[in-house]
Amino acid sequence: MTDPLLSASAVRISGLDVVLGGTPVLRGIDLDVAAGEWVTVIGPNGAGKSTMLRAVGGLLAHAGTISLFGKPLSRLRRRERARLVAMVAQSPAVPPGMAVLDYVLLGRTPYIPALGRESAADVAVVHQTLASLDLSGFAGRRLETLSGGERQRVFLARALAQGAPLLLLDEPTSALDIGHQQEVLELVDRLRRDRGLTVLASMHDLSVAGEYADRLVLLDGGRVAAVGPPPEVLTVDLLAHHYRAQVKVIAGEHGPLVVPVRRAGLTPPG
Amino acid sequence: MTVRPPDLVAKGSPADPREDPSRPGRPPAPAKLRPGWLAAGVVAVVLATLAGLALGPASLPPGSVAAELVDLLPGVHIDSGLTESQANIVLQLRLPRVVLALLVGATLALAGGCYQGVFRNPLADPYLLGVAAGAGFGATAAIAAGGGAAGSVIPSLPVPLAAFTGALAAVALTYLLGAAGGRERSPATLLLAGVAVSAFFAACQTFLLQRYADSLQLVYSWLLGRLATSGWREVQLLLPYAVLAAAVVLLLRRELDVLSLGDDEAAGLGLHPQRSRYLLVVAASLGTAAAVAVSGLIGFVGVIVPHTVRLLAGASYRSILPLSVLFGGAFLTLADLAARTVSAPAEVPIGVLTAFLGAPFFVVVLRTTRRVEL
Repeated sequence: MTDPLLSASAVRISGLDVVLGGTPVLRGIDLDVAAGEWVTVIGPNGAGKSTMLRAVGGLLAHAGTISLFGKPLSRLRRRERARLVAMVAQSPAVPPGMAVLDYVLLGRTPYIPALGRESAADVAVVHQTLASLDLSGFAGRRLETLSGGERQRVFLARALAQGAPLLLLDEPTSALDIGHQQEVLELVDRLRRDRGLTVLASMHDLSVAGEYADRLVLLDGGRVAAVGPPPEVLTVDLLAHHYRAQVKVIAGEHGPLVVPVRRAGLTPPG
Repeated sequence: MTVRPPDLVAKGSPADPREDPSRPGRPPAPAKLRPGWLAAGVVAVVLATLAGLALGPASLPPGSVAAELVDLLPGVHIDSGLTESQANIVLQLRLPRVVLALLVGATLALAGGCYQGVFRNPLADPYLLGVAAGAGFGATAAIAAGGGAAGSVIPSLPVPLAAFTGALAAVALTYLLGAAGGRERSPATLLLAGVAVSAFFAACQTFLLQRYADSLQLVYSWLLGRLATSGWREVQLLLPYAVLAAAVVLLLRRELDVLSLGDDEAAGLGLHPQRSRYLLVVAASLGTAAAVAVSGLIGFVGVIVPHTVRLLAGASYRSILPLSVLFGGAFLTLADLAARTVSAPAEVPIGVLTAFLGAPFFVVVLRTTRRVEL
């Protein structure tokens, strides 16, 4: 799926260590993500998926180096960084009473001078973004009146309004039903192609992760356990070892489908 | 693609009260301070000022009072028709008090709106970080030390200065304790530190009151809030801090909107959330400390005014904060007018009055909120 023409590096991580509250959460992570690529981080709970995304977003102190489009993260000014990378957190705050338009407009912050205000061009970008996500009819609606699927698209719209070529999505579909999951991921895939975005996501649903990503990164205990195209990572052996799960892997149209199987009796897996 | 066509999306969703049905073709405009609300705020301030100057034990015609004020402007000469003693009542007695009420009300409402944004808590009030307890201790210490006993009524300078010092000391202590949380500290750490510091200063104050029981009366009359002035001295004490607090908070009002997304999001958008929050809290605390120093504890203004403004004029801090300044000033001026007229010649402590007005008002506000949101 990777376009060979887009081989420039969007994210280059080498020797990344992150310690949170005295506990090492990421240890010696190395990873390259090519521009235009979609890489999804999978792994059991506590493996460090969100931490890795937050580190790439420049939100955590870390050892080792992270470069975005060839520029070391540590040397980027905050506003420069915000123009390169936009993140949608797992469950973003919903400011009470805020209209969709105003929320998405806050995504233009990196382009607004300190103590300044949005220009007409910023408002135009936001209207375009809303239109491309079929959200124009929602512009005046308050966030808290939206359904989960609509809200997720609004969160995405705010990140897109940031105009950054790298999109970080932390569990973008964990709160959605299967139909809305598909809607949001198809949308991300379309935007990635239309705008040439690079996507680094984290997901729990392995089949869905394999269906949309070019490559998967399996994290376990803060280390990279496996990297590669979905069929190389979503194997019965790897999943049994790292998730302690007994699964069946079925070949799907785009990627392997992972189904848990009921354990027979009390015999240990494997 | 499973995305629905835009017209279906629009039709399939219930209309929002904020969407204007009279102009269906035009997209909604971004939130900003609407000129209509700004004008309403200015009108409220002007009317409250005139009422505060004209009404009282000796009621004067508002037109003449307005003329007397205009006459103060350089290069303008109008005969207001007031006698000299009437003019003295307006300019010497009532004007400093009205100006002080405007400043205190504006500062408390602005600080309340600011804290509500910084701590993302709609019930945050200006006394959150120990300002009240610190000021209370400072005032009590000054009164017990004899500053109060020497003067006939409450002395004008030592007590406000002591209260101001106490308030600042309390906020500084709250910061030191809150900063002990290290790099990963959250706004909640600061709030908890505020609770601890308040408890500490309240205990110190109680101890002093036990030792100096004869100062009880004076301390309580200070604690209940008062805007009685001895001229322009209180205004001079408060003004620089009120202006500084308003300038910082109003300049950073867009950042408060970004902070409402959460710290990670604000940082991801290129802000420095810790630094913005620090600046905002220091500015609001300075203003509050100065306001408490000159007026005692006046509750509810910092909660009711920004909350009501939010309901009426929208949830963006870009409109909440400037409108809180105007409506907070007008509100406290009218409350002070009521405090000195309802049982004249005696005065009701204004803190008691704002609580009387505030509590039921709050219930009404909460009920309307629910109705609007469903």
